[in-house]
Amino acid sequence: MIVTGSQLVAEVLLAHGVDTVFGYPGGAALNMYDTLYMYRDRIRHVMSAHEQGASHAADGYSRATGKTGVVLATSGPGATNLVTGLATAYMDSIPMIAITCNVPDSLIGRDAFQEICITGVAMPITKHTFFVNRIENLQEVLMNAFRIANSGRKGPVLIDITKDVTAAEIEYVPMDPMPLNAPPAFTEEQVKEVAKMINISERPILYFGGGVTSCNAGDEVRQFIEKVDMPATHTLMAAGIIGYDDPRCLGMLGMHGSIAANRAIDRADLIIALGARFSDRVALNPNRFGKKANKIQIDIDASELNKNVQLDIGVTADVKEFLRALMPHLKQKDHHEWVTQSTEWRKKTGDIKSQDAQLHPSEIIESVCNLTDKETIYVTDVGQHQMWAAQYLHHEHTSHFLTSGGLGTMGYGYGAAIGAQVGCPDKRVIHFTGDGSFHMNLNECCTAVSEKLPVITIIMNNQVLGMVYQWQTAFYGSRYSSTDPGRATNFPKLAEAFGGKGYSASTPQEFEEVFKKALQENGPVWIDCAIAKNERVLPMIPSGGTIEDMIIG
Amino acid sequence: MADEIKKYVISILVDNQSNVLTRISSLFGRRGFNIDSLTVSTTNNPLYSRITVVFKGTEQGLHQIVSQTSKSEVVKKIFVLDERKSIYRELLLLKVLCDKTERSAIKEIVEIFRGKIVDLSKQSIVIELTGSTEKIDGFMEMMNCYEIIEVCRTGITGISKSSHSWNDDMNEEELRPLVTPID
Repeated sequence: MIVTGSQLVAEVLLAHGVDTVFGYPGGAALNMYDTLYMYRDRIRHVMSAHEQGASHAADGYSRATGKTGVVLATSGPGATNLVTGLATAYMDSIPMIAITCNVPDSLIGRDAFQEICITGVAMPITKHTFFVNRIENLQEVLMNAFRIANSGRKGPVLIDITKDVTAAEIEYVPMDPMPLNAPPAFTEEQVKEVAKMINISERPILYFGGGVTSCNAGDEVRQFIEKVDMPATHTLMAAGIIGYDDPRCLGMLGMHGSIAANRAIDRADLIIALGARFSDRVALNPNRFGKKANKIQIDIDASELNKNVQLDIGVTADVKEFLRALMPHLKQKDHHEWVTQSTEWRKKTGDIKSQDAQLHPSEIIESVCNLTDKETIYVTDVGQHQMWAAQYLHHEHTSHFLTSGGLGTMGYGYGAAIGAQVGCPDKRVIHFTGDGSFHMNLNECCTAVSEKLPVITIIMNNQVLGMVYQWQTAFYGSRYSSTDPGRATNFPKLAEAFGGKGYSASTPQEFEEVFKKALQENGPVWIDCAIAKNERVLPMIPSGGTIEDMIIG
Repeated sequence: MADEIKKYVISILVDNQSNVLTRISSLFGRRGFNIDSLTVSTTNNPLYSRITVVFKGTEQGLHQIVSQTSKSEVVKKIFVLDERKSIYRELLLLKVLCDKTERSAIKEIVEIFRGKIVDLSKQSIVIELTGSTEKIDGFMEMMNCYEIIEVCRTGITGISKSSHSWNDDMNEEELRPLVTPID
């Protein structure tokens, strides 16, 4: 079959099971979009308000569905607008493919209109970049992009195609997707060594992160915790792997982690890190993190071993495969006393509630949990509300808490929520945001309206950039430099202006009432929740600190 | 000692395509590692090029940069050369101000170091010298008493003495980069 370059892209996408792409058209992408018009019954194109929104949508789609997210943009500004979305996906190891169309090859390197070397721009924030200026290379590049994005530690790949290639013709021979790279091999000796250290430990703790989500090892992790009988703590990226109500779950760890998790790490004699990387938000002081403990780390990425914290044993392996090999070597243990003690510590976090405010973030989240089912997908932006969501939500499912962990991208949430809703039309998508984050990308409301997506956005509106404001209060003598801008945005009216629905709430009762209404809507809804500007995220360990520096109240 | 700063020579076999050098050098840069010297050339297999990087750092730093580099899609093999089992060479081109009174003295030094005089004019002389970094340093020290106009050093390139070729097992199926210590 003779096809154009653009048709070839569409065919290869279909061959890889892609039926949804996010994007925004433009001059250099005209051929591509003409093809999408022809393929509109087989490939759904979701047009965003801004390419950044499309990139976050592709990311959110991938996190919610487990498939590869695909985003399409034109040359120049279209391509550069993808940068934050690519970097977000890169930091959180999300498989994504960005296809950009560049100016014709004859104009490359001449500073043509809307020409930018996006492969150069994107190099440090992608797993790989391809520049295609010959149609003969196009199919192989596309297939390799899928292999690279999904192999090993996953991540985004960018393909830049010149406009002439999108129009050129070639014989297309359908091919099966390329097999993924084999995960790194580990030995029986390594398994035994790890098992031995676990079997002799008295106060072991499991610390797991996004790597567990990525390889879908939730079941293995739960069996592992049970057999070793140990408490477990997770990073922001792994909320939901073990249920909120699991007696061995200590919640999140690190800067805004629970007292129980941070204390247990400090007292443990063995820390087992699974698919987690001892980041500076977890091991705030890498030299004193878990100072009494031996440390084992299992990660698919060899460069994560001994990067931030010195290990006793490091194994490069797929977490799921390794756990399966490890289980038979583990003794069924009983660490009753240690687990009970850790759980006791967990109770102590319960009394962190604020003063006289009318509506507290925990009450909003509690209400949302009570009125939504287990299949609900929660998406956050970045800041205080993100931490509250991580702390208070009753997480249940691995792919159901979507948040920008590594890059901390304010403005991530709305795009990601839209992507998640497109990918999971039968699930409820709740987007938690703050008034700061939401102002960055709230324009995507027009996308939710066009696509009739019932995403519910809950704005925790404290009128300030809460997280920075909190730091300024604690460490900068309450000098509120550019965090209290005195904005007067009327969110409910703005939602209506976009063609959505808007509500506001300033008490728990009001919130419950309007949230119930929101659940009945068929399009986007915003709920503007007035919270106090001096509300803090607690507990908190300052950068470089340890459990001893923890601020509790 | 893990904290001890040592010099390491890393040999990287990469796809012979444009942008490869940028990928590797920018990776070192953004991970905060300094490159002492870097050479690139094609190999006997036209599909691959060899990059030789001289890097000073700790053993932990070495592990970090090697494992980071090996993740790159363009990297086919990476290994750290063992100084005792490898040969390192560097090329020096040196232009010195030199009239007839100094000519024979300079010629004598060049001969002792087994260098070559490759250009001669009334006022200057160009010398070519290859050898280990230490040898070239020694030669430069001898030449420092003359008026040096320009110095060009290539930085080292290195090869292991083993009869095994790292190109031998480069076949098309092998897409995954490997971290292989030299034996």
